[in-house]
Amino acid sequence: MTKADTVIVVKDLVKKFGSFVANDHLNFEVKRGEIFGFLGANGAGKTTAIKILCGLQSPTSGDIKVAGFNVYTQTNKIKQHIGYMSQKFSLYEDLTVSENFRFYGGIYGLSNKLIRERTKTLLQRLDLEHAANKVLRDIPLGWKQKLAFSVAVMHNPEVVFLDEPTGGVDPITRRQFWELIYEEANRGTTIFVTTHYMDEAEYCQRVSIMVDGRIEALDSPKKLKETYQAASMNEVFIRLARAQKNTE
Amino acid sequence: MKQQPAVVANDLTKSYKSQLALKKVSFQIENGELFGFIGPDGAGKTTLFHLLTTLLIPDTGSASVRGFDTVADYAAIRKIVGYMPGRFSLYQDLTVEENLNFFAGIFNTTIAENYHLIEDIYKQIEPFKTRRAGKLSGGMKQKLALSCALIHKPEVLFLDEPTTGVDAVSRMEFWEMLRKLKQQGITIVVSTPYMDEAALCDRVALMQNGEIMLTNTPQRIVDGFKGELLAVSSDNMFDLLHQLENIPDTAAAYRFGDRIHYVSERNIDPEIIQKALASSGQKNVVIEPITPVIEDCFIMLMKSKSKNDPN
Repeated sequence: MTKADTVIVVKDLVKKFGSFVANDHLNFEVKRGEIFGFLGANGAGKTTAIKILCGLQSPTSGDIKVAGFNVYTQTNKIKQHIGYMSQKFSLYEDLTVSENFRFYGGIYGLSNKLIRERTKTLLQRLDLEHAANKVLRDIPLGWKQKLAFSVAVMHNPEVVFLDEPTGGVDPITRRQFWELIYEEANRGTTIFVTTHYMDEAEYCQRVSIMVDGRIEALDSPKKLKETYQAASMNEVFIRLARAQKNTE
Repeated sequence: MKQQPAVVANDLTKSYKSQLALKKVSFQIENGELFGFIGPDGAGKTTLFHLLTTLLIPDTGSASVRGFDTVADYAAIRKIVGYMPGRFSLYQDLTVEENLNFFAGIFNTTIAENYHLIEDIYKQIEPFKTRRAGKLSGGMKQKLALSCALIHKPEVLFLDEPTTGVDAVSRMEFWEMLRKLKQQGITIVVSTPYMDEAALCDRVALMQNGEIMLTNTPQRIVDGFKGELLAVSSDNMFDLLHQLENIPDTAAAYRFGDRIHYVSERNIDPEIIQKALASSGQKNVVIEPITPVIEDCFIMLMKSKSKNDPN
């Protein structure tokens, strides 16, 4: 497999539902190993764009490639090469930690040997080897969240989509989770993340802010704060998102 | 009866099978207060709200709302409280107006009678009053739920995580609505996992693992921060965190927005930190003393309790 430097290419992405334009000519690229923050108010069109990038929905028009695959014709290829984690943990509460790894490894078609190896490596990284045989419902929330992330990167995807991964988590665990994100990005995995915590926007290398279906701003947090003469990303966000007409 | 505090809890304890959800929680909320329970998922906030709104019975301990006991006088409490659960619980197949009428009807009142209470909020969704609740967007559902919880003019309003998953702008607007409701004399009890919302409450209780770590006004909590808080930044933020952690007597070092917050066990001279970082190869190090916010206080409280925490 050739590994290009750009993992997500979006040119003129348009998605309409009837007369409603959910995504209005989006243009951006995300590089290998980059931590890219995808922000926007509720109803700005983030979820629609993420569904398209994950191969779950077809765009109306535009030229979009994820991990080198076309979002119109190669959606199954895309699904094999991306990871996904949302705030609602997709792990099975009545399975053990290692059974969850086995289940998802199986879905991604990993061999039993590889599943065993990856489970071991990932649990070692989290310092949770001792929890391998614990049933998921019996372990702390913070562990579940880290495990959900590990499961999402188990098949070594090129890009992992994190949809509000830290919602409702305590401030220390939230920061530990971001350490995990940094480590994964350092290994070359691209991170595409949405969040409502504006301090987390500061942890991203680049951030886009969607307003009414358009990308209103896209730059590093530092540059965005300079451009909008704001002290924090929270201020930048509020200034841009306040103008939104389509409130959800 | 009017002289009673709005809510009183004494050693409330509740467990589900082997899981202890709430451990001897005690507090008092005064009439007219905007009181916040701040804490992450699993802190016990929802269990506490279920106990106070008479939906659960405590294992031990007791609680009262406006002087009524949550167990013995549950029927009286249900008449005087409004409750907005964390999960949307209105009738999806009824319209906006039908839902509101339904809730008014249960409480023997009408929309017209208490319209002034909900006017500010309801008028934003009134153009969609013939739309089914299930077809509303997230923000509109939230406004309808709040209107339904208010339509019988409750004395105490319980809002369980009303802003979870809501963007920063909508959160700000929601808190503006709460401020206005407070002016009408309604006691508001709200829970949230967002630490920055604590500053918008009159008083808060910081919760973690089924316990209240601290109750006070946001200002007093911040004033009570132990030690000096420094904000540190440099050209290489990723290494900076680990380098700061390795400085002797470090009590805490954690990312906070675009800087790292640092607390030492002793009164450390910033010059010493400068030197240590310079010898590790850091460039453009900026160290500045700053005023803590609630999240800093929460983190330090968690750390001081972490000996019992398996995580």
